[in-house]
Amino acid sequence: MVSGLSALHRKLLRELLRLWAQVLAIALVMAAGVATLLIGIGTYQSLERTREAYYQSHHLANVFATVTRAPGSMLAKIGAMDGVLAVDGRIVKVALADIEGLEQPASVRLISLPQQQAGTLNRLYLRSGRLPEAANHMEAVVSEIFAQAHGFREGSQFGVVVNGAWRQVTITGIALAPDHVYAIAPGEITPNSGRFGILWAPERTLAAAYDLGGAFNAVSVQLAPGTSEDAVITELDRLLDPFGAQGAHGRSQLTSHAYLDAELQQLRSMSEVLPPVFLLVAAFLVNMTLTRLIALEREQIGLLKAIGYSGRAIAWHYVEFVLLIAIIGLVIGTSFGVWAGNALTELYTRFYSFPVLVFSREPSLYAIAGGITLAAAVVGAIRAVRAAAALPPAVAMSPPAPPTYRRHSTRRLHLPLRQTGVMVMRQLLHRPWRSGGGIVGIALSVAVLVGSLWSVGGVEFMIDYSFNRTERQDAIVNFTSSKPLAATAEIARLPGVLSAEPFRAVGVEIGHAQVTRQIALMGRPATSPLTRILDADLKVVPIPPQGVLLTRSLAGILGVSPGDSVDIRLLDGERQRHQLHVAAVVESYLGLGAYMDMAALQALIGEGNRISGVNVTIDSLHQSELFAALKRSPSLGHISLQAAALTQFRATMAQNMYVMIAVLVGLASLIAFGVVYNFARISLSEQGREMASLRVLGFTRGEVSALLLTEIAILTLLAQPLGWFLGVLVARGMVEGFSSELFSMPLIIGPDVFATASLAVMAAALLSGLVVRRRVDRLDLIAVLKTRE
Amino acid sequence: MESAPPNRSDLLRVTKLTKTYAVGDAQVVALDGVDFVAASGEFVVILGPSGSGKSTFLNLIGGLDTASAGQAWFRDWQITGADDAGLTRYRRNHVGFVFQFYNLVPSLTARENVQLVTEIATNPMAPAEALAMVDMADRMDHFPAQLSGGEQQRVAIARAIAKRPDILLCDEPTGALDSKTGIVVLEALTRINAELGTTTLVITHNAAIRTIAHRVVSFADGRIAAIDTNAERQPAASVRW
Ligand SMILES: Nc1ncnc2c1ncn2[C@@H]1O[C@H](COP(=O)(O)OP(=O)(O)O)[C@@H](O)[C@H]1O
Ligand SMILES: [Mg+2]
Repeated sequence: MVSGLSALHRKLLRELLRLWAQVLAIALVMAAGVATLLIGIGTYQSLERTREAYYQSHHLANVFATVTRAPGSMLAKIGAMDGVLAVDGRIVKVALADIEGLEQPASVRLISLPQQQAGTLNRLYLRSGRLPEAANHMEAVVSEIFAQAHGFREGSQFGVVVNGAWRQVTITGIALAPDHVYAIAPGEITPNSGRFGILWAPERTLAAAYDLGGAFNAVSVQLAPGTSEDAVITELDRLLDPFGAQGAHGRSQLTSHAYLDAELQQLRSMSEVLPPVFLLVAAFLVNMTLTRLIALEREQIGLLKAIGYSGRAIAWHYVEFVLLIAIIGLVIGTSFGVWAGNALTELYTRFYSFPVLVFSREPSLYAIAGGITLAAAVVGAIRAVRAAAALPPAVAMSPPAPPTYRRHSTRRLHLPLRQTGVMVMRQLLHRPWRSGGGIVGIALSVAVLVGSLWSVGGVEFMIDYSFNRTERQDAIVNFTSSKPLAATAEIARLPGVLSAEPFRAVGVEIGHAQVTRQIALMGRPATSPLTRILDADLKVVPIPPQGVLLTRSLAGILGVSPGDSVDIRLLDGERQRHQLHVAAVVESYLGLGAYMDMAALQALIGEGNRISGVNVTIDSLHQSELFAALKRSPSLGHISLQAAALTQFRATMAQNMYVMIAVLVGLASLIAFGVVYNFARISLSEQGREMASLRVLGFTRGEVSALLLTEIAILTLLAQPLGWFLGVLVARGMVEGFSSELFSMPLIIGPDVFATASLAVMAAALLSGLVVRRRVDRLDLIAVLKTRE
Repeated sequence: MESAPPNRSDLLRVTKLTKTYAVGDAQVVALDGVDFVAASGEFVVILGPSGSGKSTFLNLIGGLDTASAGQAWFRDWQITGADDAGLTRYRRNHVGFVFQFYNLVPSLTARENVQLVTEIATNPMAPAEALAMVDMADRMDHFPAQLSGGEQQRVAIARAIAKRPDILLCDEPTGALDSKTGIVVLEALTRINAELGTTTLVITHNAAIRTIAHRVVSFADGRIAAIDTNAERQPAASVRW
């Protein structure tokens, strides 16, 4: 096979084989770059394009609004608005579900289905079965993820408490919809596949059940391209104002869309940070390795030139060498990237419902990844290749000018170094660029580790903060509609309830200057030991008798600080407007929140001492009795368990994150190993002769390997502080990339993170050092001494 | 085959020392059952055509390589059969080497190259003293690249003798030098032999050098063909080639 190749190509292949370990180390670092690039951009593309196509084909609306009840005639008025292409009115209600075998209560969002799908917005994609029909018994199609969680098929049945009455629902099909790609229960932070689902039922069925005949309570609007969304929102709010409008909003505040956006943002920030790091390191490794190879082949280059090969031909020969390495890296990286990309996409389908979601097969994606990788390899090679091409043959044939070492100020510094130590120092200082590059390379692996490991602590802190320090209740009972304060005692009497603490939550639009957000304004009793509010230093912030507490993220979005005032518009009832002064800014990592004194809030609403629900602690031994009691009296409301929420949180966000971290730890170790291995091999190649001489002089194997290991140790140690620093920058970048209005992460990097990152990198460095050490042990003393340098 | 340990007065004793190399399927016998004894303080010149086994012999008795058969003893310690750690200790404490290509550490100055050895030896001389013995006292702080070939070789000799070795093994120390510098190097070797009593074995293919030795060992085809004793030694300065 080799015989058909030119002599130079044969040389190329033999070099690759001879240097296989170094070649592989470089190729693996490149592969990491390719893989992260493919995973990041590929998943981003898949998700983004699939979403866009889905939105298009299934007519996702642009503006959404809910009202208490509006007559169907309003739809024509809305449709006549400027820039409105289509309008769709529905009945949307949240109801409790009673599913056999599920101890904890689940809830469903009931959405009405018009008789005709044509012309509607947010259209269903029917995965299987048929659409429901208005019949005596209640028929519905169910959202796919919920169906999978419970093994529902066509014909399955379960109970739903519709407007206070228990109804048997028969499933006729399984479906998805573009406005519920990500289905999350109201007020929750993570999707809960088994405990929250969507049911689409015939309009007639729901209208009858909720007494909304000829009326709707949710409206969606599709805009003509170029229409101002804000203008339509304002106009829509005005039109719907008499019907209990709760404030229209665009896609950006549609939960499903917002979660997808947050995911896309994270993917993007990952693909902006990681691939460049790997490709940078790979370019450096190429440079280092090729420079040494060319130095070793100096005489051969001279010979080739003397017999008539052009500088260009020689340059191309070495470029081919690195291109081959890059191709190996591409093959490995693409295989891994496609595999991991598919796995990640597969994981996404567990949370995001798309008709089809596959990992990107865009040829352009692969072309870009290939092009960037080859370019990084060539950039790394340029300096060395240029030098080889420019070398005049006569100079190349004669031995290189002896290296000039300088007696760096070791003596002035009075370093108590042995001569072997002096050798190490001078070797490192003699090639400052390479040493510097090695330090930066190792530092980058530390940085990737710090930048990913910290988030374990970050997530745990967030969990501890949210579930142990602030929201310390075991469960929240949300009433279907507000009740008098006395309901607290009623809940407290239920079996298994240890303590109960009321709260009042109202939907408001909160604004300052031009910025507004819809949030739940939470009123809590002045003393509320179950639910505390903390500031950034974890100190309890008491609820002030007047004024409102804003979470940091909300205050940031509104651009307000303590002492400023914010505008509040109630979304329910009379929709009064108020001004509240910001008493303090508090910490919170989940969602946007605002808190005030319950009595003050009740006074604001002006409806007496009504409450929305009760926070409870429960005796876990009697938990099921409590659930049973709540199931029996559905009007009491819906209970959500903090423990279940936490489990869910861990199972989704945290799990994804830990998978990601495991991958990153592997990749970072790869960088550390690759850099140190190549560095050590080149150092050995340069100093092999001296090391053999030392062996002849009576130095032991250990003493001689110590030379190499010391060199590595110095680089590795010097790289740590730089790595920590870069790691903090990476972490900060991640926090920014990760933060959205849905959640933010505290940037808390404990000493354990730095220590773990450093230890992992040191272990990888030590491992590669020991691999190279085996070569030191096998140095051929005699062969070295026989030859001239 | 087993022979008794040598007399305590013999510094080096070699019996039936053999080294074969496997080259492909063939066996190359580099050293073919050599017997040899060196007394303490002797200056031996080893002659012979290229490929006759001289370097192989020197490498074996210097503990750089292991024999295929036969024995070599340093005093009452058996060189052949020692493991790597034993050979390393032997080289470290008892043997000095000088090679054709000086093998100095390029990143260390002359003095530092010598210090490299004195730092690990048990009873070394001061580096400056060793360098003075080879007339390099005034160039101690030069790096190898700043020294001529002859000067580098003298530094290599200083490095080899600074530990006060029992044996000094030199493989073609003048091979890469012109005659004038070569003679300076030979003078350094004979002076050290005289002043320190270091048993010295010098390989050369330059027959003119034979006059400076106590004994001349001639190798041919992996065997010792002849051993001649010089009735009268000539000073190194008188050698011409
Ligand atoms: N590592 C080796 N492998 C194979 N043959 C070798 C090896 N070293 C030396 N020889 C052979 O052993 C013989 C003696 O070599 P050597 O001792 O170097 O000779 P001299 O030093 O007298 O020139 C030669 O034929 C040489 O080719
Ligand atoms: Mg020889």
